[in-house]
Amino acid sequence: MYDVIIIGGGVVGSSIARELSKYDIKVLLIEKEDDVASGGASKANSAILHAGYDPVPGTLKAKLNVRGNEMFDELCKDLDVPMKRVGSLVAAFSQDEVESLYKLYDRGLKNGVKNISIISADMVKEIEPNINDTIVAALYAKTAGIICPYGFVIALAENAAQNGVEFVFNQEVISIDKEDDVFTVKTQDKEYFGKYIVNAAGLYADVINNMVSDKRFSIHPRKGEYLILDKEEGYLANTVIFQVPTKMGKGILVSPTVDGNLLIGPTSEDIYNKEFRKTTYKGLEKAIKGAKKSVEKFNERKTITQFTGVRAVPDVDGEDFIIGESDVKGFINVAGIESPGFTSSPAIAEMVGEILKDAGLNMVEKDNFNPKRKPVIRFNELTDEERNELIKKNPAYGKIICRCETVTEGEIIDAIRRPVGAKSIDGVKRRVRAGMGRCQGGFCSPRVLEILSRELNADPLNVTKFGGRSNVLTAKAKEYLINSYKELLKSGV
Amino acid sequence: MEYDIVIIGAGPAGLGAAVEAYEKGVRNILIIERDSYPGGILQQCIHNGFGLIEFKEELSGPEYAERFIEKVRKYGINMMLNTMVLNISSDKIVKAVNQENGVMEIKAKAIILAMGCRERPRGAISIPGTRPAGIFTAGTAQRYVNMEGYMPGKEIVILGSGDIGLIMARRFTLEGATVKAVVELMPYSSGLTRNIVQCLDDFGIPLLLSHTVIEIRGKERVEGVTIAQVDENKKPILSTAKYISCDTLILSVGLIPENELSKSAGIMLDPVTGGPLVNESMETNVEGIFACGNVLQVHDLVDNVTKEARLAADSAVKYINKMLIKEGRHIDVKAGSGIRYVVPQMVNYENIDDKVKFHMRPTDVYKNAYITVKSGDKQIIRKKMQRLTPGEMILIDVPKDKFLSDDLSPVGEITFEVEVV
Repeated sequence: MYDVIIIGGGVVGSSIARELSKYDIKVLLIEKEDDVASGGASKANSAILHAGYDPVPGTLKAKLNVRGNEMFDELCKDLDVPMKRVGSLVAAFSQDEVESLYKLYDRGLKNGVKNISIISADMVKEIEPNINDTIVAALYAKTAGIICPYGFVIALAENAAQNGVEFVFNQEVISIDKEDDVFTVKTQDKEYFGKYIVNAAGLYADVINNMVSDKRFSIHPRKGEYLILDKEEGYLANTVIFQVPTKMGKGILVSPTVDGNLLIGPTSEDIYNKEFRKTTYKGLEKAIKGAKKSVEKFNERKTITQFTGVRAVPDVDGEDFIIGESDVKGFINVAGIESPGFTSSPAIAEMVGEILKDAGLNMVEKDNFNPKRKPVIRFNELTDEERNELIKKNPAYGKIICRCETVTEGEIIDAIRRPVGAKSIDGVKRRVRAGMGRCQGGFCSPRVLEILSRELNADPLNVTKFGGRSNVLTAKAKEYLINSYKELLKSGV
Repeated sequence: MEYDIVIIGAGPAGLGAAVEAYEKGVRNILIIERDSYPGGILQQCIHNGFGLIEFKEELSGPEYAERFIEKVRKYGINMMLNTMVLNISSDKIVKAVNQENGVMEIKAKAIILAMGCRERPRGAISIPGTRPAGIFTAGTAQRYVNMEGYMPGKEIVILGSGDIGLIMARRFTLEGATVKAVVELMPYSSGLTRNIVQCLDDFGIPLLLSHTVIEIRGKERVEGVTIAQVDENKKPILSTAKYISCDTLILSVGLIPENELSKSAGIMLDPVTGGPLVNESMETNVEGIFACGNVLQVHDLVDNVTKEARLAADSAVKYINKMLIKEGRHIDVKAGSGIRYVVPQMVNYENIDDKVKFHMRPTDVYKNAYITVKSGDKQIIRKKMQRLTPGEMILIDVPKDKFLSDDLSPVGEITFEVEVV
C-alpha cells in the first residue's frame, strides 16, 4: 500500500515525486511510456523558464510561474542540470505591438516579476545584434532562462528515486476504483493500492480524472511544431526572442538552447487527436516564416531535426491550471498544465504537498533526504587534466561513442546504470546527447544499441528506440531468407 | 609525441596516404583511427567493384582495404586505433583521446586529413511526419546488416538514389527483405549507372525519379510513407500523392565531408564541396595540412581516392623536405556553366610536375557534350564526353604547358565548362 500514487512521469509528476521524497511516506509514480519525459509535453516544448509577465494576474498560472521561476537556481544546482538565465525579449516590430508591451509590462508588475523593463530599439540591438532592423522596442525580462526540459525531469526523477520514490514504467492506467479510503489503480498488467492519487497525466489527465470523478473535464491537444538548427546558427540569438503574444499562445520564438543550438517555433494549432504528434510541411514553413519576422538571418537549411510538442489545454474558463483535491476525497488533480507549466512545476509540487497535508496525509520530514543528485560527468566540459584522471580510473571515459557531441562510453554506461536509468536509444540520447548532434545518430546509434544490449543484458533485437514496439532491428541477418526458403520447401517447389 | 606526418583516419584515403608517404622515404608516420579496425567505410562494403583501376581486378571493400592494411603492417607504420581526435590546431598539434593514453597532444610536421564523410540525416531534408523507429541512413543500415548481422527492417522504401542506397537495395533483396521503391527527388539518379543496372534493374526494383517522401507515418515503428511526384521546383504535387506501407525508410540523400576538425584548425572550406579549399598539392590554406579522399570531396570510386591520397602524401613528403614551393605564380580554378565544382580550386604553377588532375561534377545530365577548359577566351582543352551525370565524377588532366599563356607566363585563371553541342 502506497501513501501516494502519482500518475504521469512528466515534469509535473516528477517534480511532485521529488517534493514528496522529502517526507517519510511511501510514494509510487506510474508512467505509461518507458521513461520519464518521454511521451508528452515535457519532452517537446520551448525549453524555457518564463519570467511570468504573460499570465493574467490572480491566476494560478501567474502565481506559480513567478514562484517556480525563482526556485530554479537552487534546484538546478542541487540536481546538476545546466540552466542559463539568458533573459527574454518580447520584440515589437510596430507601434501597435509596442502598446501590447506596456500591457505585458503592467501584468509583469502585478504578477511580481522582478527585473523587467521596456527597452528601445538601440538597446535591443545591443543585446541582440542579429534581430531584424525593423525592431521598435522590446520588453526585456532578465529572469527568463533556458534549460534542457527532459534533462530537468530526468534529474528530478533520479533524485526522487535516490530518496525512495518507486517508479514503474510501461504501465498504462486503465481503471481507478475507490473502496474504504483505498484506491485501486489498475494497469494493463498489475494493480497498485494507494491512499492518495495525484493525477499528473498531462494530455490524458482528463481520462484519468473521468475514471474517478463525476466532475468531468477535458484536455484539448494544441500542437506546436519546432525546428532545431545546427550549433553553427546558435550565435543568432543571445536571449529568448518572443513576439507579441496572441490568443493562441506566445507566438513564434527564436532562442538559443542550453546546448548551443538555435530553436525556432512553435506554431499553434488545435488538433483533435492527442496522438497526432507529427510535423507537417505547412507547420514547419509557418514556424520558419514566423521566426524570420524576428531574425531573418538564420539558414533553415541548417536544420538538424524537427519535432512537434502538444500543449495540454483544459476546457475551463481562462484556461487556468486545474490543481486541487477533486470531489473524490484523496484524488488530487494537477491538470491542464500548459505553458508556463514547466516553469511552474516546482511551485506546483510545493502546492500539491500542501494540498496533501490539508487532505490529511501525515507528512513528516525525513532526516536523511538528500537534495543533491549524484553529479553527472560531462566529458565535453572537463579540462584535459580532469579527463586524464577520469580515464585512468575508468577507461570507458576514453572511448568516444558520439563524435558530434563528444560523448564517451563511460557517460552512456552511467546514464543506463543510474536510478531511473536509460532503457532505450532515445533514453540515452536525452540523458547524454549521444545522437543529438548534426549526424543525428547515424554514426553512434549502432554503438549505443550495442552498449544498451550489453548493459541491460538484452538481445539486440529487443532494444527499442523509445520502448513499446519501437524496436530498432527486426531480425537476424539471413532469417528472412531462411524463412522464405522454408515457405518454398513447404509449398513443394 | 612528435611525428613527421600524422594522418587522421584509416579509411582508404588515410591508408593510401600512409603507404605512399612510407614508400617516399618517411618513417615517422602516425595514423589515428577512431574505429577498432582500419579500413573505414570499406569494412562494411562487402560488395565487389572496388579496385578495377588500382589493381586491375574486382575486389570487395574489405579486400581492397586489406591490400593497404597489409602494407601498413609490413612497413611497421604506427597506427592508433580506438582513438578520437578532438581538435587540430593551426600549428599542427593534434589533440586526441583513447582509453590507454587518455588525452594526448601530438605534434606533427605535416598533417593529412582523411576523415571521410558522413550521411545527411532526416532533419537536414525536413521530411514531415512522426518520429518512429525504422528510419535509418543507408550507411547505418549497411553497418547493421553487414557488420552486426541484423536486419533493420523487412519492407523497405529508400529515399535517394545515392550509391549506398542503391547497394543497400540489392543487399536487402538478397537478404530476403522487400524493397518497394527507390524514390529520387531529382530527375536523374545521383548514383553510378552501373549500380542502377546491377542493384535495381536486375532485381526489378522500381526507381521513381522526380519523386519524394512527403510524410512518414507510424507511432512506434514506421508503418508507411506517402510519396509524391515533384514539379520542376522540387515542390511535391499533392494530387500525385501515394501511400506505400513499409516498416523501414532508408535515407540515401547525400554525403557531407566531415570537416569539424578542419574548422578547428582554421581551414577554409569550399561551400559547394563541403571540403577544404586545396591547391594542386592537396594542401589547404593552412601550411602543411593536406586533405584527400571524401573529406575533401565525395568521390564515386575508391580507386580515385587512392590516387588523391598518393598526391596528398607526396606533397606532405615534399613539404617536410622543404621541397614544396610556397611562393610562386598562382592560377585560380573556376567552375563555369554546367560544372558544379572543381577540385583543386587553385594551382601554384611552380609545384606542377607534368600535369594537374582536376575532379569535377556536372550540374545536370548531358549527352554528347564537351568539357572545355578556358583561360579568358582562349580554349586550352576540349574533351568529348559521351554522357555526363552528377552521380559520376569527371577527371580532366591538364598538362603543365597548357597553363602557359602566349608570352610563356602562367595564366591567371582557368575555367571548366560544359559545352553542349
